[in-house]
Amino acid sequence: MASTNGQEVPPPLQDIPTAKEKKYDRQLRLWGAAGQVALEESHILLLNSGAGVTGVETLKNLVLPGIGQFSILDSAIVTEADLGVNFFVEDASLGRFRAAETVRMLEELNPGVKGHAITETVDTFFDVGKGEVAPFQPYNLIIVAAPIEPTWLTHILHCAQALHIPVFYLHCVGYFSSFAVTLPPAFPIVDTHPDPTATTDLRLLKPWPALAQFAAEKTAMLNESESSMGEEDDATSKEREAAKARRAHDKAHIPYLCLLLHYLEQWKQSHDGNVPATYKEKTAFRNLVRAGDYNEENFDEACTAVLRALNPPTPPSSILDILSAPETHNLTPETPAFWLIANAINQFYTKHNQLPLPGSVPDMKAESSVYVQLQNIYKSKARDDSAEVLATVRELEKETNRPQHLAVDAKEVENFCKGAAHIHLVRGRAFQTAQSDASLRFGDGAKVLAMELSMPESLVGLHLAFLAWDRYIATHSTSAAPEVGGERLRVPGGATTSGADDDDEAYEADVAKVTSIAHTLLDHLITESGTGFLEDPEYSEARERVGKFVRELVRAGGGELHNVASVTGGLVAQEVIKVVTRQYVPVEGVCLFDGVQGRTQVLRV
Amino acid sequence: MAATLQPEGVARTLNGHPESEDSTTSPRWSHMNRLLSRQGAYTDPDEYEPGATPLNNISNSRILVIGAGGLGCEILKNLALSGFRHIDVIDMDTIDVSNLNRQFLFREKDVGSPKASVAANFVMKRCPGCTITPHVGKIQDKDEDFYMQFNVVICGLDSIEARRWINATLVSMVDMDNPDSLKPLIDGGTEGFKGQARVIFPTMTSCIECQLDMHAPRAAVPLCTLATIPRQPQHCIEWAHIIKWEEERKDIILDTDDPEHITWLYQTAIQRAKQFKIEGVTYSMTQGVVKNIIPAIASTNAIIAAACCNEAFKIVTSSAPFLGNPGQNNYMLYTGDSSVYTYTFEHQKKDDCPVCGNLPKGITLDPESTLGEFVESLAERPEAQLKKPNLRTEERSLYYSTPAGLEESTRPNLKRKVREILAEGEEFVVNDPSFPEVTLKYVVRYGT
Repeated sequence: MASTNGQEVPPPLQDIPTAKEKKYDRQLRLWGAAGQVALEESHILLLNSGAGVTGVETLKNLVLPGIGQFSILDSAIVTEADLGVNFFVEDASLGRFRAAETVRMLEELNPGVKGHAITETVDTFFDVGKGEVAPFQPYNLIIVAAPIEPTWLTHILHCAQALHIPVFYLHCVGYFSSFAVTLPPAFPIVDTHPDPTATTDLRLLKPWPALAQFAAEKTAMLNESESSMGEEDDATSKEREAAKARRAHDKAHIPYLCLLLHYLEQWKQSHDGNVPATYKEKTAFRNLVRAGDYNEENFDEACTAVLRALNPPTPPSSILDILSAPETHNLTPETPAFWLIANAINQFYTKHNQLPLPGSVPDMKAESSVYVQLQNIYKSKARDDSAEVLATVRELEKETNRPQHLAVDAKEVENFCKGAAHIHLVRGRAFQTAQSDASLRFGDGAKVLAMELSMPESLVGLHLAFLAWDRYIATHSTSAAPEVGGERLRVPGGATTSGADDDDEAYEADVAKVTSIAHTLLDHLITESGTGFLEDPEYSEARERVGKFVRELVRAGGGELHNVASVTGGLVAQEVIKVVTRQYVPVEGVCLFDGVQGRTQVLRV
Repeated sequence: MAATLQPEGVARTLNGHPESEDSTTSPRWSHMNRLLSRQGAYTDPDEYEPGATPLNNISNSRILVIGAGGLGCEILKNLALSGFRHIDVIDMDTIDVSNLNRQFLFREKDVGSPKASVAANFVMKRCPGCTITPHVGKIQDKDEDFYMQFNVVICGLDSIEARRWINATLVSMVDMDNPDSLKPLIDGGTEGFKGQARVIFPTMTSCIECQLDMHAPRAAVPLCTLATIPRQPQHCIEWAHIIKWEEERKDIILDTDDPEHITWLYQTAIQRAKQFKIEGVTYSMTQGVVKNIIPAIASTNAIIAAACCNEAFKIVTSSAPFLGNPGQNNYMLYTGDSSVYTYTFEHQKKDDCPVCGNLPKGITLDPESTLGEFVESLAERPEAQLKKPNLRTEERSLYYSTPAGLEESTRPNLKRKVREILAEGEEFVVNDPSFPEVTLKYVVRYGT
């Protein structure tokens, strides 16, 4: 270590947390420093409207963990009704712009976060008429709260897709909420944080030489008969006792991995070189291991692991899809690093018929030094595999004339190799929007959705109810010039133009209208999925369920219940964090929350 | 028998008070009022009377919130914005800097102040008309009269011990002749991207003790592994924590919030790790192991806290079916790390529950094992989780962990074999002074 003036400086305390690390400690344990950096580099845009609580609750859950910047576009003025349901306005906010007030009070939550208020409408701020994408460029992710003028939503979605900006579209009405997600057309996630038990890949059926040799050494004693030990003529009984105890100790500390490899060799000898494959064979194999010792913990561990650890490491089909994706094979000089590495992994897989080794070893009963040796055998194989992939990546860079500044980071290759079996690719597609004309198509999602219709527990009816709710708004918005806060949008069950809020007749009329739209959508869905899919009584029951969802939605008249808004704000924020950090596995399609039954469902639409 | 204890009765027992007269007409509550003034799609017109009744029920109920941390802050906000006006909150903790990433009612300047009072003041200032009474202290220090004041209890706790205590207390308070004595208990819990929300109607539905085995404690690493064959960085940290501190600094009480103490443990663990060539000991991991840190984020807390308050709102207003109605779902499990997934189900009440049941639980004991081995296992047995157990049959004391005198006189029994001390078919009970209302009844079966 460098020391100045020959003076010994005491070594500094290593990795004592900084003030920021202390504040964010509980979340850094989940998404780590890289996730935090991604969060801090993000700028989230909320297009707020209507009751406007859910979007603000979402931002609360993003400001707290330290999103870089956020903007709220909202032309509404704070009313009394906001004070009863939104935590980020106060009595003094009455009559002021809701965007400015909510930004100010959200900013108080975290001095490291910058907020911006935009008090214009979507129409003027993004110059919807001109149809340019440029105004969307500053944002990494856009959250749109319903209700919104359908043509604006279409414009936002169009521009965001062109720029590969993820869009969330959320509804929160009474006891129900939903959010739909549109991600970029290819959205890969390397760090999916799979369950640690699912990631263990020990390659016991195909041990490489270093592992096989190590196991043979550690289990050599199992081949010697007990009587041959310590039988020298001059051995005293005391020495014999000591030798016996040593042997018992050693046997009880053979790592279970080595035990399994040892008994696999035995098994193969009596089974024409085959490993146990069927459930029945594995059970028989487990009995063989069990017979090795009936009490010791390491034999227990080995028996427990038999069913899990003796599966050939076949990559899941989702991984094979990535390896055979067009992007993997049509490389250009600017191809994102992910696809270049995928190509290299594919070459590795083709050559070795297995993915690179992840290299981690679960804890097991063993002597410290033996366990560390075993760890090193796995780690060193993982390093070799990763180095082979990296070498291929470097060749591909040359072949594709990749510019120097786009050189793939070796660390990225290493991470990819470690998590290769659990990488996730989202093929983002635009969510459905309900327009005033009858153009809504369910497309290739129709079959899946129609299947859901016959399931009493499914929330597909709620999805249809929300689509119908949107279409009601699309067909009932007045042609008057846009007013502040989207008030020209008429929400079913809400205040009528005459202001007669409690008008029972108008309420029932709205229930009937939205129900009728929802039932039409239901019929379209069945038609699109193939004729005669749903027969009575399933058909009538599905209609009745949809009708109930609609009635409960219209009951709220577009109002938000704070609790439901807060649940939804939590869900949306969580998904935003996943998308922004590119960690964990995000929702694809639409996520519905039913606050009556206390449950959620995700529909791939 | 329990006809007067129907959970729907909770809403009906709240009498109107004049102070709530404005809530039905105030534009402040217009979102909620519109919904509550209409019959719902899932309400029974004979049961639900739209309009003033549900609104009055909200403004007149008294809610107790246990815990003012990650869940507690959210719960207080949610209740205030659901129209509740009489809330009490109890928490013994003070604010730490690591709370600020999610406990949104606290600021840098509040670090060191009691959570309950800072949280109560913040919400009262933001939501005029809502009164929140803070209690800085332990739930165990409050008596039955205190808990009897409330209509609903909502827990946002990180400790199983506190949950078991309040659950047992609320179960023991139920008086079949007094419907007011039945306090719905709503419990939330989170860990990283996962969590649960559950509703308990004490004595009527599955209670927290019935569900205890769903939260089995993590198996502790055996001491001999720590002492002789460490393999993981965590083993080295636990060695520094459990063994080395006792050896070298036993006069200093370990304070896991003192950076000097953590640094000492960290450096001791590093030395140990070097000796065994184990990689991966970090300061952050040291802190995590010795403080048993559970990752926590704002979003999961928001989801679980609001799911709990949504149930409270439905119970008090009857405006929609709620979790916990006997025979219905009472438990929502939430997982958010891979897509979004909830599993909402009915957890069944157990007849042999040590709190709300009365049947003994059959237990298979090896007659050749010692009583001591069984006593030791009680800390980790999912249905028991008792660290200071006292065991007795109807006639004899088997073993008492406390007080010291009884411990000494019963200690020799620990070495005796089960067959010498318990007959097959014999009943015995286990208590723990930490949970006075919990009594585990066992009936012995011999076996291995």
